[in-house]
Amino acid sequence: MIEAKEETQKQVLEQVVVRFAGDSGDGMQLTGTQFSDTSAMFGNDVATFPNYPAEIRAPQGSLYGVSGFQVHIGSVEISTPGDNLDLLVAMNPAGLKTNIKAVKPGHMIIVDADAFTKKNLEKAQYESHPLEDGSLENYQVIEVGMTSLTKEALKDVQGLDNKSIIRSKNMFALGMVYWMYNRSKQHTIDFFNKKFKTKPELIESNTKVLNAGYFYAETLELIPNDYTVAPAKMPAGTYRIIMGNTATAWGFLAAAEKSGLELFLGSYPITPASDILHELVKHKHFGVKALQAEDEIAGISSAIGASFAGDLAITTTSGPGLALKGEALGLALMLELPLVVVDVQRGGPSTGLPTKTEQSDLLQAMFGRNGESPVIVVAASTPSNCFNYAYEAAKLTLEHMTPVILLTDGYIANGSAPWKIQSVDDMPDIKPLKVTKGDSDWQPYDRDEETLARGWAIPGTPGLEHRVGGLEKDKLSGQVSYDPDNHQAMTDIRAEKIKRVQNYIPELTPEFAQEGELLVVGWGGTYGNLYAALKDLKQSGVKDVGLAHFNYINPLPKNTAEVFSKFKKLLVCELNTGQFASILKMQFPQFTINQFNKIEGLPFGTNELVEKINEEIS
Amino acid sequence: METTTDKKYTFKDFASDQEVRWCPGCDDYVILRAVQKALPEIGVNKEDVVFISGIGCSSRFPYYMDTYGMHGIHGRAPAIASGVKLANPELSVWVITGDGDSMAIGGNHFIHMLRRNIDLNVILFNNEIYGLTKGQFSPTSLVGQKTKSSPFGNTQPPFLPGELAIGAQARFFARVGGNTPKEMSHVFIEAEKFKGTSLIEVLQNCPIFNDGCFSKYTDKDVREDKQLFVEHGKPMIFGKEKNKGLVLNGLKLEVVTLGENGITEEDLLVHDAQTQDPTLHQMLVRSEYPLVTGIIRGFPDVTFEERVSALVEEVKANSSFTKTDDLFFSGETYEVT
Repeated sequence: MIEAKEETQKQVLEQVVVRFAGDSGDGMQLTGTQFSDTSAMFGNDVATFPNYPAEIRAPQGSLYGVSGFQVHIGSVEISTPGDNLDLLVAMNPAGLKTNIKAVKPGHMIIVDADAFTKKNLEKAQYESHPLEDGSLENYQVIEVGMTSLTKEALKDVQGLDNKSIIRSKNMFALGMVYWMYNRSKQHTIDFFNKKFKTKPELIESNTKVLNAGYFYAETLELIPNDYTVAPAKMPAGTYRIIMGNTATAWGFLAAAEKSGLELFLGSYPITPASDILHELVKHKHFGVKALQAEDEIAGISSAIGASFAGDLAITTTSGPGLALKGEALGLALMLELPLVVVDVQRGGPSTGLPTKTEQSDLLQAMFGRNGESPVIVVAASTPSNCFNYAYEAAKLTLEHMTPVILLTDGYIANGSAPWKIQSVDDMPDIKPLKVTKGDSDWQPYDRDEETLARGWAIPGTPGLEHRVGGLEKDKLSGQVSYDPDNHQAMTDIRAEKIKRVQNYIPELTPEFAQEGELLVVGWGGTYGNLYAALKDLKQSGVKDVGLAHFNYINPLPKNTAEVFSKFKKLLVCELNTGQFASILKMQFPQFTINQFNKIEGLPFGTNELVEKINEEIS
Repeated sequence: METTTDKKYTFKDFASDQEVRWCPGCDDYVILRAVQKALPEIGVNKEDVVFISGIGCSSRFPYYMDTYGMHGIHGRAPAIASGVKLANPELSVWVITGDGDSMAIGGNHFIHMLRRNIDLNVILFNNEIYGLTKGQFSPTSLVGQKTKSSPFGNTQPPFLPGELAIGAQARFFARVGGNTPKEMSHVFIEAEKFKGTSLIEVLQNCPIFNDGCFSKYTDKDVREDKQLFVEHGKPMIFGKEKNKGLVLNGLKLEVVTLGENGITEEDLLVHDAQTQDPTLHQMLVRSEYPLVTGIIRGFPDVTFEERVSALVEEVKANSSFTKTDDLFFSGETYEVT
């Protein structure tokens, strides 16, 4: 074990990665969120990574019940939650055991020594006591009796049971970390005041424990360094910390306001998409209609009904839910009605890994329906740009009259980052294609010549009464048609409609290099990790490696082949076994495409990406 | 609530230009005409009427109505129609479904629609068979019934639609024979007036795959003796001679003859469709002799959309947010300079 340094020194760091780990009931998600929010308010750039088990309260002390929350803060641009830890806070032996591998050698681990009982060591399957057997000698281990110190701090507070007292020990840990990184406690104290408005004893107890941890760290000679991370240089503006799922919900609120439509959500609870439902049900003041339906199919079907009747209609789900929605999605594209389906991807197949991230629904989004059934597919790539791509998905579906699938994933949906708030006034216009007057020449499948989008004639409009349905329709009147030529024509139109969306989406702009040796290709939620890897490589002198990251999957940007042709090699990196690579191979057989895939339920690490890219260019 | 119209429509105004393609002799024609005749009497604007269907013979119905309509997917019409109604509560929304569509593949949506009590009018074409797929047994087919998929007899006991619906908290349930268009139109008009989910089961003969399935109740010569058409507030009398009636004997319904054993009209049950307690309604639904038709249950209750809009008004009144910027810039924001 490294001895603590005698003298206190102030050290300014560019970036720090901290992980809080404990039982799933220990409040690690809350602790991590408080630390990241406070750091963002201080002006740091931040990225977070919550990693928790699917069990709500797994058996205490078990290895599989460990819940973790990682926070990366910096005075520099931060694009990932970080690979390795500068500080691990482990609330019990299981938290230590499952996370120790991530701690940088020589760096710090704070443990709640009270939790290292014989029983807990056994549950964590330790054969010897890790704090005593010398196995941690490469780290600075700070043993703190957090449970007993928390009890001591609360001995004079009335009206608390033992369980509430012990549960607040996470605030002791947070207090210590606040002191270590020179963070203000105020944000968290404000949070207590708001959250426990009706329970003053909890405001008092949590504040006391937070302070106790803070002052304990201050007075403790054992804390070796007084770190600080300066504010980051970010574009001027008003910011807030936002979670990907919240940003997605807000993007739709903005799109509804801009388009002048009411927002309808039909949804069935599923992890990790449920937070979008939770967010949207709060906003009845904006006229949001949210139906928690009886199942996934009713979620999308009610949205189709609402769309037929003139609302901006969306449905939200995760992997298995998208499978259930397949048939109805086919109906929506046959009807040529606007509809956004949000799929927050998680580990699959089947129930898979509900709380872990993956990019393995891509081919399902592209092809998971019967018949020739193309839809627009877009993917958000950071927690905050979930706002922009939700907005964009709404704009595309309303202006092109065909369903859009918006892909996010558990990693960006649960992760949070600073968001430079965008006013609706500054967002691009959205022009729904509502047909308003009963023109005698009007036909239900009349199309815009440029986009091939049909008009949207909604019930209640006199003179435009018409019928739509899942049977193949005559290309103009929309009446049922079994005519062979008509079916060919309609199939071609539905495909061409999607293709023409290319004229309305931005071209692909590679970063780091416009031409050269290797183009690293990614899509969706891996952007932050790929960006960090490319930045590392650039700093180490690598010049001709570019990054092309896709947000538009179907159709692909017009200039995709042109961008690819400027590089000698292509490396597609994704969290599946090569789904985007297969799409690219199909559309651009002229290129040789190499792959880097990982399917562990975890995001890419910067280091593994750097290593792989170096291998490719050496 | 739909706005009424001053326009004078006839049934022809509700017929689309599409050729009707059901089999000759199918009761579906009778139902279509009864709906087209009911709508002018309801007095709703044509453009405010929406028909939503699932899949099956009956589900072609919207194509034949000159209103807004959607031929949806199998079993999902209740969910689609719920979305239509929630998006625009001003519309008069009708669901057209069959016994397979509503009680097999769409069973889940069917019960939840009833539970929520959204203001929809649901016409359930029950012919105790799958017609469009050419003759398999359905969830209402009888045990022992020989069909394409049960050549040795059906082994799955049937649902009784009314029993299932009332069990799922249906506030309005009516049953009518497929060959009595006047009774049908009457029930459709009452269903539209009723606020909440109104379910009408039509006993619909399928002349091709299940011919005569209801003839013991619906044939012209037996109809009056075998059916009791109930009306709210009226005694339960039936029979060609109007001399049969229903009384409650313990926990069972019993058929009595007026004038025998001193029975008078005063002894008969008086139909109360509007009571909340569904016990007697369930007994009427289950009765095989007489088969009870008419509006068996019509208990007025708060609709789903009334609950939703009351909540929206309340939230709006207590919120300072009027546009999304108010939300985005609220709470914990910070400035970067």
